[in-house]
Amino acid sequence: MMPELGKYAVEVLSSYGVSLALLGGLGALSVVRAGRVRRQLAALEQRIRGNG
Amino acid sequence: MIALLIRDLRLAVRAGGGLGLGLAFFLIVVVLVPFAVGPRADLHRVIAPGVLWLGALLACLLSLDRIFALDHEDGSLDLLATAPLPLEALTAIKALAHWLTTGLPLVLAASVLAILMNLPAQGYVPLFASLVLGTPALSVIGTFGAALTVGVRRGGLLMSLLVLPLYVPTLIFGAEAARRGAEGLPYATPLMMLAGITFAVIALLPFASAAVVRVNLR
Amino acid sequence: MASLWEYANPRKFITTSNRVLPWVGALALTSLSIGLVWGFFFTPEDYRQGASVKIIYLHVPAALMAINAWLMMLVGSLIWLVRRHHVSALAARAAAPVGAVMTVIALVTGALWGQPIWGTWWVWDPRLTSFLILFLFYLGYMALWSAVEDGDTAADLTSVLCLVGSVFALLSRYAVLFWNQGLHQGASLSLDKEENVADVFYLPLLVCIAGFVLLFVALVLLRTQTEIRARRMRALLARERMG
Repeated sequence: MMPELGKYAVEVLSSYGVSLALLGGLGALSVVRAGRVRRQLAALEQRIRGNG
Repeated sequence: MIALLIRDLRLAVRAGGGLGLGLAFFLIVVVLVPFAVGPRADLHRVIAPGVLWLGALLACLLSLDRIFALDHEDGSLDLLATAPLPLEALTAIKALAHWLTTGLPLVLAASVLAILMNLPAQGYVPLFASLVLGTPALSVIGTFGAALTVGVRRGGLLMSLLVLPLYVPTLIFGAEAARRGAEGLPYATPLMMLAGITFAVIALLPFASAAVVRVNLR
Repeated sequence: MASLWEYANPRKFITTSNRVLPWVGALALTSLSIGLVWGFFFTPEDYRQGASVKIIYLHVPAALMAINAWLMMLVGSLIWLVRRHHVSALAARAAAPVGAVMTVIALVTGALWGQPIWGTWWVWDPRLTSFLILFLFYLGYMALWSAVEDGDTAADLTSVLCLVGSVFALLSRYAVLFWNQGLHQGASLSLDKEENVADVFYLPLLVCIAGFVLLFVALVLLRTQTEIRARRMRALLARERMG
């Protein structure tokens, strides 16, 4: 199944590995932060509406 | 306008004004290089133009925060901003003052420090020419960087991060001119590119610097 | 057709992007998967570069996005300076880390691709060097946003920096070409996508490029939402503090 990478195996595999890791990490961080900020804002607005 | 220039010059020259510090830093950097790369004179000769350019550039960089810091701290920057003098002229004069008190002395010092780096005899004129044409750009670009970070506490490192990439074209052409001259090759092309960048930067950047100062004084 | 400027309204931006985001995200992941799997498993080797040509499916899209992200930030900065729409300033801020990551991917894959040819892990090839400089501009831009407390001031300063930086980035490109043009002319590292014109390489590359573009759009939409919400939070907290 794995293609014959021959002598370039290290370079090709690490390219794919690093790229996917970076993109995945960025995506994960973005999603996590988005959720966190959305929850914090909702809580804040709830609190302010409660006090107002 | 002249009064402002003289004021800035006087501020820089008096004790603690930074005139000597830039030169001392330049000297120290050039002295450190042989310790870093080894004592072989033939190696020094090869890297001399680059090292001298880089040393001058870094010495310039370190004195940039003085451009606006003092005036900003005691409030005189706000006063100057409301004065009839356009802010663009103000930033241009600040840059000129910086060059006269930092850039120009460094240029002169470079010709002396070149001896330490074993610069070939034919390299002195190209080095001098490239530095004379290049250091004004360093001052003007540096003024822009100083204006950006004038409101940031401890903004020195941030300013370096912003300014150093902007220095790359000037450094490339300036050091290349010095290098080619030191090897006896014609160096008119990089020198002209360097001059072109300097003149363009002098003509255009003060507008950006003024806009940024206005933003920071709001 | 409603004016594009309607989306400058933060609330409208969020509602619209909420509708669009799942689709863009799904499309991005689909085309990325198809493109990368196709390129990695189902393309032959290049007769000159062997299997290392497969790196093209990462390097070229990432490099394209590294540039395009900066261009988008430039447009956003200009719109902010002229029309003062917060959404465009925040979108520029949101795009910067994505562009920076794309630049890093372009650098790493570029270096890895060239390693077998050069025998070293890095070369000061004009193209790679220009991307390294671009990365420094990204870092400076992001650092300035973080260092300035007031949102509008930060938006103004970073916008001017983006403008000035763009000019200098372009200038650096030519300076670097001048700086390294004479060396290794014959054996210069050819990372042009024009080199591989054959369909068998080109089609999966197009799919990968599309995937990267869509991923960029999805990430920027998501991150801009976050910036809008964060800005609103800061405003609410400030108002609360003032009583």
